[in-house]
Amino acid sequence: MEFLSDIASLINSTLRISTPLVFAAMAGIFAERSGVIDFSLEGKMLMAAFVAAVGTYYLGNPWIGLLLAILACVSLSMLHGFASVTHKGDQVVSCVAINILIIGLTTALAAAWFGQGGLTPTLTEEQRFLEITLPFADSLRDVPVIGIIYSDILSGHFVFVYLAYISVPIVFWIVFKTSFGLRLRAVGENPSAVDTAGINVFAMRYKALAINGVLIAFAGAHLSTAMNANFFREMSAGRGYLALAAMIFGKWHPKTALIACLLFGFTDALQIRLQGVELPAIGEIPVQLIQAIPYVLTVILLAGFVGKAIAPNAIGQPYIKER
Amino acid sequence: MSSVVVDKAKVPWWVSNVIVPLVNLTLALIVSGLFVFIAGENPIEAVKLILYGSFGYIQGFAYTLYYTTNFIFTGLAFAVAFHCRLFNIGGEGQAYIGGLGVFLVAANLSFLPVPIVWLLAIFGAFLFGAAWAFIPAYLQATRGSHVVITTIMFNFIASSLMIFLLVDVIRDTNQMAPHTIKLPKELWLPSFESFSGILGLKIRYSPLNLTFLLAIASLFFVWFLVWKTRWGYEMRAVGHNAQAAIYAGISPYKNIIIAMCISGGLAGLLSINEILGVSHKIQAGFPAGYGFTGIAVALMGRNHPVGILPAAFLFGILYQGGSEVTFEMPNITRYMFVAVQGLIILFSGALENLFRPQIESFFVTRLNKDVKI
Repeated sequence: MEFLSDIASLINSTLRISTPLVFAAMAGIFAERSGVIDFSLEGKMLMAAFVAAVGTYYLGNPWIGLLLAILACVSLSMLHGFASVTHKGDQVVSCVAINILIIGLTTALAAAWFGQGGLTPTLTEEQRFLEITLPFADSLRDVPVIGIIYSDILSGHFVFVYLAYISVPIVFWIVFKTSFGLRLRAVGENPSAVDTAGINVFAMRYKALAINGVLIAFAGAHLSTAMNANFFREMSAGRGYLALAAMIFGKWHPKTALIACLLFGFTDALQIRLQGVELPAIGEIPVQLIQAIPYVLTVILLAGFVGKAIAPNAIGQPYIKER
Repeated sequence: MSSVVVDKAKVPWWVSNVIVPLVNLTLALIVSGLFVFIAGENPIEAVKLILYGSFGYIQGFAYTLYYTTNFIFTGLAFAVAFHCRLFNIGGEGQAYIGGLGVFLVAANLSFLPVPIVWLLAIFGAFLFGAAWAFIPAYLQATRGSHVVITTIMFNFIASSLMIFLLVDVIRDTNQMAPHTIKLPKELWLPSFESFSGILGLKIRYSPLNLTFLLAIASLFFVWFLVWKTRWGYEMRAVGHNAQAAIYAGISPYKNIIIAMCISGGLAGLLSINEILGVSHKIQAGFPAGYGFTGIAVALMGRNHPVGILPAAFLFGILYQGGSEVTFEMPNITRYMFVAVQGLIILFSGALENLFRPQIESFFVTRLNKDVKI
């Protein structure tokens, strides 16, 4: 029984930790499927976390904070589009610029406005998102098997956790089952063919980037208004890059990207659990090395022990319309 | 906007290589001023403080040159890889690991004559930095794993590894803080204050040291390597068009790995300045963002040593002047200058073509008019 509840809580934290990664990976799929590289997931996630925390603090409602975060992230996506789609600047440079700009700006403004060394004020219980207990979770707790799955694993998460996993089939449906999705993928594979068919390549890429901005905002808001009650410096901690690696590992496909995100989440959950534990034969692993596990895993996954990753054909190339 | 078409051959070099970058830089600084204003401080006052802090007194100027030294290394590191179209944003981790190389050489070989130890330490810094860049390079070359993600991951891994080493393996056991013991005094690189007497100047302390000359030498080294050697040509060919390079018998695989290793090695040299020159020990987190700043330096300097030198100097001014600002203005922290770097990368990198057609056509029509008259 002890063992079962351990497993249950491990799965529970896996679901929670994977949430921002899932949003970010879905956001990445939209941008990259349209042919625009998006390394700026990291910066946008951080921006969303900052804006959501500050907006919620002043306006008292986390949903308004989320809305502002969406606005901020869509703006950053548009900036990325302006630089790399309209002005045909280098997409990777644009992303690196956004990431460094946001790391600096969020912490600088937090320090200037609140003077707590880059922290935003802690949100009260009423202001932030709280865990949702699903109906009947308490009464079903003692039922064997179902009780553990329903009450201990599925119930008691933040709203973002449920939204993240609902978003995966929706993204799948949009990208693979609608005409919009077909155009999106076509723009990323062969933009000149799409242009010949009378579809505006630039407009498609901007639309993809707008959706990307909306999705990544959820990841950031989850960090600062649900999982934590404030923003702190560099709180995204490389999650944007992890999500991107998950997306590449998942071959730009929502379902496989989800699996990769869960794998990252599980490693992270396990990593937290392993700290300070004596392992048989090895002994206690130093905490710094355990913390590096998700990053090492990213590199291993990217090295592609499941075959070389094939990106959308036109990724990273600005589209130049012929006259 | 894109309707402006300019005959590239008619554009004088100084328009595309001096005027356009300066316009982009100005735009970045104007937006930065806006951010300073949003943070509740006066941007004009901030500029005055920056200029005073970096030029106003001899010690401040020495600090400016000390920062310039670091930025030359990290700027060159990014530029070398960029000529092969590789985005090495792992300068931070490569410099960190490079520091391990310096320390291991200096701590274990201190019985050798001092200048030889210095040379070996430079070699150690280069080798360790290069080794840390090798794995991402190898994965990029053979598996197509994008170096942007792998080098960022290697920054995180380097940080974990070094903290582990500093806490559990090479920590100065008489201290609580995670840093190593100080290196023997005779191994410290001569600093600016030991020369200042000869120049007739009097300053108490400055972190500027002999490494500055190594940085200048590195500028020449990179210029020669990239533009004057067969390998540099091959590397640029791979960067321009990997397919064409293969037809010409040039191996992208080999060039990717060499470019990244040299890039990592140059980033590693940063630790010569920090460890042999200034702190004389490995401190946790000593690369302190210099690696990232190198990206902005290289892009502003158009990835050429001639441009990187003034760009590194400009960032030296921003860093040293910036610390004056953070001291005087409570609402400005050093993170504001991280944001400024982001803006400079945005305007001189990603948005470099924003006004280029307009500026170039303006000068082309102007100059041609003169000819006609």
